[in-house]
Amino acid sequence: MIVLLDDHTDASRQALTLARKFGEPRAIAMDAFEPFAPDALASAIVALDPTAVIGPGTERGNEVMARVAARTGLPFAANCTAAEPGSPVTVTRLRWGGSLLEEARLHSARPLITVAPHTVPADTGPPPQPVEVGAADQRDLVVCVSEHVQPSNGGVSLAAAKVIVSGGRGVGSKEGFAIIEELAGLLGAAVGCSRAVTSAGWRPHSDQVGQTGTKVSPEVYIACGISGATQHMAGLKGAKRIVAINSDPQAPLMLNADYTVTGDLKEIVPAISAEIRKRR
Amino acid sequence: MRVAVCVKRVPITGGRILLTEDARAINTQHLGFTMSPHEECGVEEAVRLVEANKGDSVVLTLGPPEAVEQLRDAMALGIDRAVHLQTDGSEWDAEATAAALLEAIRADEAANGPFDMVFFGNESADSGGFQVGIRVAYALGRPCVTGLKKVTVEGVSVRCEQEVEGGRDVYVLPLPAVLTVKEGLNLPRYPSVPGRMRARSKPVAVLTPQRAEPRLELVRLAVPAGQGRRAESLGSGAAAAPSIVDVLAKAGLL
Ligand SMILES: Cc1cc2nc3c(=O)[nH]c(=O)nc-3n(C[C@H](O)[C@H](O)[C@H](O)COP(=O)(O)OP(=O)(O)OC[C@H]3O[C@@H](n4cnc5c(N)ncnc54)[C@H](O)[C@@H]3O)c2cc1C
Repeated sequence: MIVLLDDHTDASRQALTLARKFGEPRAIAMDAFEPFAPDALASAIVALDPTAVIGPGTERGNEVMARVAARTGLPFAANCTAAEPGSPVTVTRLRWGGSLLEEARLHSARPLITVAPHTVPADTGPPPQPVEVGAADQRDLVVCVSEHVQPSNGGVSLAAAKVIVSGGRGVGSKEGFAIIEELAGLLGAAVGCSRAVTSAGWRPHSDQVGQTGTKVSPEVYIACGISGATQHMAGLKGAKRIVAINSDPQAPLMLNADYTVTGDLKEIVPAISAEIRKRR
Repeated sequence: MRVAVCVKRVPITGGRILLTEDARAINTQHLGFTMSPHEECGVEEAVRLVEANKGDSVVLTLGPPEAVEQLRDAMALGIDRAVHLQTDGSEWDAEATAAALLEAIRADEAANGPFDMVFFGNESADSGGFQVGIRVAYALGRPCVTGLKKVTVEGVSVRCEQEVEGGRDVYVLPLPAVLTVKEGLNLPRYPSVPGRMRARSKPVAVLTPQRAEPRLELVRLAVPAGQGRRAESLGSGAAAAPSIVDVLAKAGLL
């Protein structure tokens, strides 16, 4: 049996597209055990004796698939953008948070694969038949969500923000972010930043954009004094328009933006705020 | 309290990734190296736990001889000693990496007693396999939670907070446990000069595990095509502000 790990979102419908290359899958629900108990879910998947398991390359999807891999002693290819059945199975997968592609051979008669979100079109066919899941073994419930806590920062969430004003090392200091916050306030935008900024303690990590921060998808991303390292750009793939403000016209972000302004952000950012006020 | 943390040496790639001629690796000729931010937070957490509870902290890495730099970096932050699983620099898949780390952890536990916690990064920065920590946890028969942003020891258990959409999920695990962590767990300290000095004389045990044939076998790397952004210059300095505001207005943001 081919098994699709189904979280009822587009990510799983994208995974279904690759799953159907291997045959008609049956679906097991990510929320088959409530509250979430990843060992119980992995155990239920293994009990189906699957010939292939395909799931979404989300945090949860990768976690559950890794548990299936650990239980069965099978190899697991995470965050694939393509897969072809065969012996070996061939896959293309993301490395470096999407900054690099890897072609690989998966030497396994029972491939375990997660599909990187937004890299494969969603399947539009009929949904796969669900499988019945029995009660969980107590031992598989040791790891189980016991509580959910709400975020404490009432501000605009970075992942969902329509506009982001983001600052890098070029902002110069914690206090330097006052002009970034002012512009963000005028636009109803979230404040973002680079890792140089969080490492220096100028902003909390929850503001960091990039491979080890948040992946964002705003209408407009305004990058001020950020050089554009690949790990920062890994968080910007979903951004519709990028405006870069940098004193160095050759900074990678200036070459990978839609609009650029060369110069000192300490003059340019307040001038943008003043211009917005003038027009309102 | 005994705490272990597993880290990986990766290149600092900068603004553009260049590949080797055979496209099987990143061309690192002109690059510096680091451990991933996730793992740096694992190191900081291990140091804090042992500072607060006394005990012993160990950093492990599987990597080429030069990876001793990352072990010294971890010891400069306060880790007591290191285990280096030395390779010839060739690519190890996640399964083989987990097997080698497992053997080293078991050997250390046989000599010095069990670790209360073993930390891993949630995923390696370069190969992004999302599985080494979980594989080690299963083989040790210990509970494991992934992607943690907060870890609090409460007697014989540990409260773990995992970031999810719309907040955090909490798990409470009995110790010993295996925990995979993410950047943001804490703010790692800067290594002090005395810390760096002390790190030079801390012990590094060297092992040379055998590399199994990878079952997830890297064939070739490729840099994905750019997103084709056109980098239109709006000018320079404060004089460009009206043009920027025009762009914002066109996007319907005023
Ligand atoms: C495994 C790994 C994961 C990482 N994850 C992330 C991540 O998630 N997010 C992230 O951001 N980074 C990440 N990094 C770090 C990344 O490699 C860079 O070090 C970081 O993004 C640099 O931040 P920056 O652009 O602010 O600083 P710099 O690279 O120092 O750039 C500062 C820029 O500001 C410009 N500037 C200076 N002064 C002014 C001024 N007055 N006006 C205008 N411009 C000015 C300069 O020209 C320069 O371009 C990661 C690194 C590794 C190895």
